[in-house]
Amino acid sequence: MMKPIASFLAATTMMVSPALAELALEKDELTFGFIKLTDMAPLAVAYEQGFFDDEGLFVTLEAQANWKVLLDGVIDGQLAGAHMLAGQPIAATIGFGTKAHIITPFSMDLNGNGITVSNKIWSEMEPFVPKMADGRPQHPISASALKPVVEQYASEGKPFNMGMVFPVSTHNYELRYWLAAGGIEPGFYSPENITGQIGADVLLSVTPPPQMPATMEAGTILGYSVGEPWNQQAVAKGIGVPVITDYELWKNNPEKVFGISAEFAQENPNTTLAVVKALIRAAMWLDENDNANREEAVTLLSQPEYVGADRDVIAASMTGTFEYEKGDVRAVPDFNVFFRYNATYPFYSDAIWYLTQMRRWGQIAEAKPDSWYDEVAKSVYKPEIYLEAAKLLVDEGLADAKDFPWDSDGYKAMTPAEDIIDGIPYDGRAPNAYLESLPIGLKGNQKIIASEIQG
Amino acid sequence: MTATDPQAVASHEREAKRARLFTRINKADSWFQVFGLSWITPILKAAAGDNPKAQLKEIWRLLCVPLIAIALFLALWATLAPKVQTSLGAVPGPAQVWSEAVGLHEDAKIKAAKEAKFNDRVEARNQKFIEKGEPEKVKHIAYTGAPSYYAQIWTSIKTVFFGFLIATAIAVPVGIMAGLSPMANSAINPIIQIFKPVSPLAWLPIVTMVVSATYTADDGLFSKSFLNSAITVTLCSLWPTLINTALGVASIDKDLVSVSKVLKMNTWTKITKLVLPSSLPLIFTGLRLSLGVGWMVLIAAEMLAQNPGLGKFVWDEFQNGSSSSLAKIMVAVFTIGIIGFMLDRLMYAVQSLFTFSANR
Repeated sequence: MMKPIASFLAATTMMVSPALAELALEKDELTFGFIKLTDMAPLAVAYEQGFFDDEGLFVTLEAQANWKVLLDGVIDGQLAGAHMLAGQPIAATIGFGTKAHIITPFSMDLNGNGITVSNKIWSEMEPFVPKMADGRPQHPISASALKPVVEQYASEGKPFNMGMVFPVSTHNYELRYWLAAGGIEPGFYSPENITGQIGADVLLSVTPPPQMPATMEAGTILGYSVGEPWNQQAVAKGIGVPVITDYELWKNNPEKVFGISAEFAQENPNTTLAVVKALIRAAMWLDENDNANREEAVTLLSQPEYVGADRDVIAASMTGTFEYEKGDVRAVPDFNVFFRYNATYPFYSDAIWYLTQMRRWGQIAEAKPDSWYDEVAKSVYKPEIYLEAAKLLVDEGLADAKDFPWDSDGYKAMTPAEDIIDGIPYDGRAPNAYLESLPIGLKGNQKIIASEIQG
Repeated sequence: MTATDPQAVASHEREAKRARLFTRINKADSWFQVFGLSWITPILKAAAGDNPKAQLKEIWRLLCVPLIAIALFLALWATLAPKVQTSLGAVPGPAQVWSEAVGLHEDAKIKAAKEAKFNDRVEARNQKFIEKGEPEKVKHIAYTGAPSYYAQIWTSIKTVFFGFLIATAIAVPVGIMAGLSPMANSAINPIIQIFKPVSPLAWLPIVTMVVSATYTADDGLFSKSFLNSAITVTLCSLWPTLINTALGVASIDKDLVSVSKVLKMNTWTKITKLVLPSSLPLIFTGLRLSLGVGWMVLIAAEMLAQNPGLGKFVWDEFQNGSSSSLAKIMVAVFTIGIIGFMLDRLMYAVQSLFTFSANR
């Protein structure tokens, strides 16, 4: 009985005046930052499909040079909000790197990253990769195939450099996860040494996403972990081979978030709701009817002001496939998830996974109780704002009530062992127990003191 | 033989008319030279009936030789470019670059249509608030879409002139001071020598930090990025004007200086009546160099800081790495070159306007 009324209401609202549905906005001119990556799609779609317009918002989207510049922009108010690495609001709130209270009312996507190595490294690790009956490599490829190559480099006294996009990026944690799962030490952070290379077999350093292919081509790094389309770009340019996608590392892992400062959300509650409404609609549009709109989204993203890479390169991963080597195209239907599986709901357990990785690699120097993880997650992730926006959309007849987890306590069910590459299940309710179960990394009361793990 | 031969009068008149025509052509020639169009003069002269053989030679030198050189350059480019394979495909030849230029123009048209639609929306929004009786909420909202190629060019030109004007406002007075007083000159000299060779890329971080710290107005007259680029331009384009002004002022005819002493001129009169007129040619040479330096610096600053303008366009395309990126970057390279050339000609024209009397 609810639905017809809702749609009737929506219909009349539209006929009378679209203004009826609008919130009383505190601010209607907003600038949002983004990095040239396909997972910024919800922002581009909300702009181009007029979802921001429907909310009465006048939004400017500005590409940023790198993640640091973007974060600073949100902190000093130049940007009202931004497409962010999930680790950024969390790290800023706990004061790793920069100290500022950033929150997220909207999670932008699941999956969408990959790890690529240069052609030379691939030819060296290929002999250690198991093959399928047809001769193609068997995926997912474990970092244990890379281990002999790294050891070879070490024995020749050559550094093994790889790129990731930011110290608290998903990409850093994914690359570290993959390396550690294959028995390679990716190195630790300590309060005195924030290079993240203490005791490292592989030296990880920061490179902005769009520059990854060029940096690898120049030989500065031998491989990298980055979001799309920069793995597919390496294939298109013929300079590298993506060895694993994050979907194979951890099925449906949480990725980018939409970050705003806590101050902004407090001063502009209605504007915040309007933004989240528009973004939810954009995410729904991207996943609608089995990704029917993806082709259109790809065209949109290939415009120079958004991602700007060639249409085909963006389409390679956005339309349910992934090209590992030239011609080796495999189906990865859930490579980019924007709405289904509650992708946009900011789960506390997602924030806690990032916190466990910060602790695991020493970015959080001291042991913390489980309750601390819960508190931090709740101060950064704001599902209450998300649900309020969702409710408004449902009331306006623009969304379906069954698509939202109204009764969730913010914790996803435990990720089963088979969904993660090393077979270690993850439960956000017990972060310390999870840390204990990981073979490489800090656990318990361990600390890094003068390049040594102590305790 | 009192009656004058009507034919002789007519021919005399024709002669006079021709002479007038040639004076006019010669006068126009100085302007053609300023704008780099000196090849028009021999064509006009030939059309007016001047010794065709001599004019043809001039036309050959001034028009045909450059055209042939350009054609050769294009041919060389078209044959060599496809041989260089990059990871983005072959280096684009002239035809591809031209088609990208056309593409950018088409894109600008689409963007203009989008902007018009956007402005309608703003209008509707303001109308709504007026109807609701909330006129205080009516405001102008700047277009939020991506700027077109022309808009980027315009931004760069505005920025370079803003930075150049500040540089001039600082450099000319300081230069005059240094030129007039040997004491001031030796005080300023070491500073000039040290700061002159500093690259814009070294200034930019400092400028960015200082502007961010001091210019806190949220919706001030200028955006921060504009100020960052403009001030970087100022810092780098200051020096040629400063040095040339000082040099020009210092080398005034000693007799004139003696005259000024005899006439007991005060400093202001001395500067305006004596120093400025006689040092103008060198000041303008300095300004011309400054504007050239400023233009180069601006593109570098925009690339590094991602400030709006042609430099950002180039960097964005480099990052996009699409198959049309290289050709688009080349379009930008030509645009930058042509605008730089036009800026130089513009300053040259101004210079020849102002220093006419001094040259006499």
